[in-house]
Amino acid sequence: MPRVLLIEDDRAVREGVALALRRLGHELAAAETGEDGLERLRSFRPDVVVLDLMLPGMPGLDVCRGMRAQDQTLPIIMATARGDDEDIVVGLEAGADDYVVKPVQARVLEARIRAVLRRAAQAPGEGGIPRIDTYGDLSIDRAGLAVAWQGAPVALAPSELRLLLTLSASPGQVFSRQQLLEAVWEHSYHGDARLVDACVKRLRTKMGEPPREPRYIQTVRGFGYRFAAR
Amino acid sequence: MRGALKMRAGVPQLRGLRMRLIVAFALVAALAAASTGALTFREARTSVLQQSQDTVIKLLRTQVDRLAPDIGIPPGEAEVRRLAAGIAEAEPAGTWRVLVVYGGLSATSVPDDPFEEVTPELRRAVDTSPATVFQRVTSGDHTSLVVGMSVVYDLSATDSARIPSGIKVFLTVPQTREGAYVDALVAAVQRATVPALALAVLLALLAARGVLRPVRALRSATRSIAEGRLDTRLAVQGSDELADLSHTFNETAAALEESVAELRGMEARARRFAADVSHELRTPLAAMSAVTDVLDEDASHLDPDTATAVRLISGETVKLARLVDDLMEISRFDAGAAVLHLDEIDLAESLRRTLAARAWTDLVDVALPPPDALRGRVDPRRLDVVVANLVGNALRHGGRPVRVRLYERHEGYEGHEGYESHKEHRGDRGDEGGERLAVIEVLDSGPGIPASVLPHVFERFYKSDAARTRTEGSGLGLAITAENVRVHGGTVRAANRPEGGAVFTVELPLRSDESTGGSGS
Repeated sequence: MPRVLLIEDDRAVREGVALALRRLGHELAAAETGEDGLERLRSFRPDVVVLDLMLPGMPGLDVCRGMRAQDQTLPIIMATARGDDEDIVVGLEAGADDYVVKPVQARVLEARIRAVLRRAAQAPGEGGIPRIDTYGDLSIDRAGLAVAWQGAPVALAPSELRLLLTLSASPGQVFSRQQLLEAVWEHSYHGDARLVDACVKRLRTKMGEPPREPRYIQTVRGFGYRFAAR
Repeated sequence: MRGALKMRAGVPQLRGLRMRLIVAFALVAALAAASTGALTFREARTSVLQQSQDTVIKLLRTQVDRLAPDIGIPPGEAEVRRLAAGIAEAEPAGTWRVLVVYGGLSATSVPDDPFEEVTPELRRAVDTSPATVFQRVTSGDHTSLVVGMSVVYDLSATDSARIPSGIKVFLTVPQTREGAYVDALVAAVQRATVPALALAVLLALLAARGVLRPVRALRSATRSIAEGRLDTRLAVQGSDELADLSHTFNETAAALEESVAELRGMEARARRFAADVSHELRTPLAAMSAVTDVLDEDASHLDPDTATAVRLISGETVKLARLVDDLMEISRFDAGAAVLHLDEIDLAESLRRTLAARAWTDLVDVALPPPDALRGRVDPRRLDVVVANLVGNALRHGGRPVRVRLYERHEGYEGHEGYESHKEHRGDRGDEGGERLAVIEVLDSGPGIPASVLPHVFERFYKSDAARTRTEGSGLGLAITAENVRVHGGTVRAANRPEGGAVFTVELPLRSDESTGGSGS
């Protein structure tokens, strides 16, 4: 049973979402404030966090950063109002894996939760056979779902890991943002391409890529991204 | 308003206030100079001539009076000649010519002088009148004064005792000096007129500047107001009519600014109210939306009436959520907060995906270019909304089959006629062949759109028939479509096809370079 931590200040929304997710088979903990949510992170040990960005007291974005500081790999889904574009961008840069726009139907939220958990659990291509690919300083364990930079492990959030695995599975091939949205986030073709851009940015930072001339994840202007194997 | 101003500015300067003032001042100056000159000239000329005439007559009479007593009656030819020469000597410069006549005898001071100046009328006048007679005679380009008098013997102090001697004296004096004097006068008047005219023009320019400066200030202030700078005010100087006008202008501008600010405030409040209402509705809707699936699932276990009620609540909650979402979207367009997230994509693929995501692929005939033949920088989410709204609208209100076409065209080629929701005025770009446009057409085979409805199809909540039943749409779909096209710098229009059915045409500028990207508002 996936364990979901829901951080939402409005009682009705919290109860409604909790009720629906529980009925869909999730184990659920609900927190009213960001502080409370960070507290529950240790005691509840969730598989995924659903975080409302509009919180009284500690802002949702700070909660997101606080969680990322504690756990680099924890999947975080932001719940936001449409039009809060600034918050979405900042939230994605703070490390959120995905976002939903309120009001959201339970099955849509559930689909996102499942998708983000799949990212954490499953690698594309053939699973089970241990295989480590090395590209210079970078080594990717496709079976063990681990990435190392100059021998030291790099902690990646599920979206970042899945993005890297998808790109590096076909070195040199250009993926459009829409393709990556579908392959990594399981969004529709017309989803928010900023998810991809923000995730590439986070990934490059974690891999210590020079921002001007990234070595591995390269931008192909007007088309998308590709993984350079050299 | 702007057009009128431009027309005014286009009037030739010849008919401007400045030119008119200059012409008026110059005319007045010229008239004044001419009339003053003419009067002065006449008076001066008369007095100059009169004076010289008097002098001549006086001198002549004195000389005659001095010489006449020595002449015997009747005089001999020699005496007559002596008298003529003697009189002529009175003028030391020797310009006098004298003719003395006595009966058949005549002598001139200059020998063989024909003395043509003496006219028969003058001779007759001298014969009949005892007074001195004179006449001004012009022959050729020089004027002469001809004086005629009879020599009388003054026997007593009374006039009646004067006896004519029968000797008549005629004198011709050329008036060259007087002529030169008059000429000099004319020249002086002419010379004075030129500076007077120049002075008049200068004064006119000064006056024009004094009048034109406030007029010009008014003009530029009016233009500034027309361009939307309602805080424009004039500096009021003096207390003349123009200052009055400037003052009135300032008052009008202030009143205008106030009422516009009030209107804007009301509009902003109304928009903010709509945005706030949508925002406030969202939280309860979020709670309700979260549990609609629970209601749907359990409805089958309830008794039929409750189940119907529960399904109704669930279904309407979903619709309400969509309506609030659309309202929020419209509010953002109104607030200028709609942001474009541009990405270069294959437009045909985008359209195909839009239809597939809504399971419309089998309901719609598509005519799309091959993969990657038509790529453009668009906001994929907004393009999806545009296509989905137009196709959804065609499927609901138009007749099937519904067709979707996508092709590229270059600006300058005339497209279909129809009502346009927005007309973007884009500057000419230097690209060869004009701007590249992606054209998306959604055609249905229904009855078409009534002509009375056509201009309003992109209006919010517009219902062609007041009694029309509520449909699936929020009533904002086409308005949102139009706004989404507009933020891309494109156009959308609705029209009826001659062969029947309606056609919605979207034209989007195809931007492929990074420089034209950015956010719309």
